[in-house]
Amino acid sequence: MQSLTSRARPVERKPMTFVERLYLWNIWKGMMITFRHIFKRKATISFPEQKRPFSPVFRGLHILNRDEEGRERCTACGLCAVACPAEAITMEAAERLPGEEHLYREEKYAAKYEINMLRCIFCGLCEEACPKDAIYLSETFAPSNYQRKGLIYGKPDLLIPDPKENPEEYRKALGNRAKKQEAN
Amino acid sequence: MQVVLLAFDWFFLIEKLVLIIGIISVSLVIAMYETYAERKVAAVMQDRRGPNRAGPFGILQPLADGLKLFMKEEIIPNTSNRMLFVLGPCLAMLTAMMTSAVIPWGGNIEVFGRQVSLQITDINIGILYVFGVVSMGVYGIMIGGWASNNKFSLLAALRGASQVISYELPMGLSLIALLMLTGSLKMSVIVGQQMDGWYNVLYQPLGFLIFLICAFAECNRTPFDLPEAENELNFGYHQEYSSMKLGFYLFAEYINMFISSVIMATLFWGGYDIPFVNDAALMERIGQNWMALLQGLCLFAKTAIFIFLFMWVRWTIPRFRYDQLMNLCWKRLIPLALFNMILTAAVVLWLKK
Amino acid sequence: MSVTVFLFYFLSVLAIGSALMVVISRNPIHSILWLIGTFFAISGHYILMNAQFLGIVNIIVYAGAIMVLFLFVVMLMNLNTETEPKKNKWLKLAGVVSGGCLLLVLVAALKTAEKHGQLVQLKEGDIGLVGNLGKVLFTDYVVPFEISSILFLSAMVGTVVIGKKGD
Repeated sequence: MQSLTSRARPVERKPMTFVERLYLWNIWKGMMITFRHIFKRKATISFPEQKRPFSPVFRGLHILNRDEEGRERCTACGLCAVACPAEAITMEAAERLPGEEHLYREEKYAAKYEINMLRCIFCGLCEEACPKDAIYLSETFAPSNYQRKGLIYGKPDLLIPDPKENPEEYRKALGNRAKKQEAN
Repeated sequence: MQVVLLAFDWFFLIEKLVLIIGIISVSLVIAMYETYAERKVAAVMQDRRGPNRAGPFGILQPLADGLKLFMKEEIIPNTSNRMLFVLGPCLAMLTAMMTSAVIPWGGNIEVFGRQVSLQITDINIGILYVFGVVSMGVYGIMIGGWASNNKFSLLAALRGASQVISYELPMGLSLIALLMLTGSLKMSVIVGQQMDGWYNVLYQPLGFLIFLICAFAECNRTPFDLPEAENELNFGYHQEYSSMKLGFYLFAEYINMFISSVIMATLFWGGYDIPFVNDAALMERIGQNWMALLQGLCLFAKTAIFIFLFMWVRWTIPRFRYDQLMNLCWKRLIPLALFNMILTAAVVLWLKK
Repeated sequence: MSVTVFLFYFLSVLAIGSALMVVISRNPIHSILWLIGTFFAISGHYILMNAQFLGIVNIIVYAGAIMVLFLFVVMLMNLNTETEPKKNKWLKLAGVVSGGCLLLVLVAALKTAEKHGQLVQLKEGDIGLVGNLGKVLFTDYVVPFEISSILFLSAMVGTVVIGKKGD
């Protein structure tokens, strides 16, 4: 059989020479390899202080977005819940009352919006399904929890901070993935 | 009776007590920081950083580890033999600590106009004493493993014990060749000879190599860590142990490593001799006490190199199979050591003629 | 009473006590451990007599090697009080009689030995030190010494022969 690459070597089964049978030389060679690794660049990073950059296609924790005036974008259309293959999203819709225009952008909004992070597979289909760009996946991990109910995220956990009231936190929470949407 | 007892040389007693306490605490601290060094060396050899959170550079890590071991739940299995179960780690620790009694840690110092030797006791049979205590180290493993009443522990204990008593033989034989050269079993005499002349390793390279390999085996370090082969025997003879009893076993291993490094440095690498320096001339210049301090530091530096060697080998060479281990001992090392012994005897006789 | 004499009595009590425990204790493992204790006490006696070499060799050979083999055997066979077979009444009687005979012989031997009237010198004499012992062994007692080494050699050959039989 012809080999595909030139790197393949047949296994040598020659009887070992005396020096090889002593093993000392081979052990020394192995030890020099480990010794050289002492001076190599460390692969580890000191995590909390230093973070690895996420890939641009990374899909992390969900964020419910607001528009520039701080109004919630979500209209509770339910497309994300339908698109979700893991059926992690549930919501209840409510009608916007007069005087709430500064809170919700459309006439209908999600009174309850829950994502079960234990079920979620972070596929990002909800983000693709959303017609209003209301939900997107950020670059953070879902933190661990001692109880299951702590991992069912409601609206307070998911909503982004108001850009008018505290713009700094809004910018921090927005992340890199939302900017692309703002450009659209 | 009390009067006679009071006639005892109290200064001698106090001096020895201080020395014993000092050496034991030094060995404990060194064993503690060996665990830290082990993790650091493992880390840098695997391109990692190692413990660096507890204190600067993780320097407090051993304290945290010790605290963790203390806080853990103390479990004694129902079916175990309670007394022996507790006795096992105690014996391991005891034998590990006892060896340091005959090692000369430095030259004499002068305290209150009195010459104090930095050696707990300079007995006639120094090396044999070390050998005897090392051979007692088997009991810690065997008793612990048997008392756990667990198949894996028992298997590991038997393995460990047979390994230790097998490797004692080539170790003893390599020492015999060394003793033919020195003509004395006293540690202080052996060091003194090396201070005047060359180091023993130059006369006995083969003997040193055999001794080194046997020291690895006696300390149950990789590549000879079969007693605690975790992939075959779960965790070896200390599988049922928890909390500080487990800590004692692990600690005893590190103390053994330290002590065997010191012994190798003492027997083959000149002990507390400062290399490339005329000791007598330096002593004239800086005085006795400073000299002893320098010598002690020198011994510790040599020891540190050996400890690093232990760790370096651990993170390089994989574990032997059991039959390979026994083959190496009985078919390679013992004949080699015998050959070395006969060769040394012949050369010594020829030179003396 | 000086420290040496005190140590002597202490070690004697330790030796005899643990020797008794070897016989009394029901668990074979405990017996072995008590036996190791006995060896240590005897080594202590050797050291009191300034026979350091004998003391440490006693520990290395008996406590360090032979007792480990005993432990090996007992642990592997898992001898316990439960598995111990009930002994015959006559067997017990025979044991008592033979033990009594041994005691008689020992007492008789000790009685004759006492006539020499020579007590062991504590902390003195250097006959037990390595150099002197070696000289004595290789000059005055060289024939018995070599004969005993031949005995060991024959034992080694015997074990090899027995070990090879299975192949």
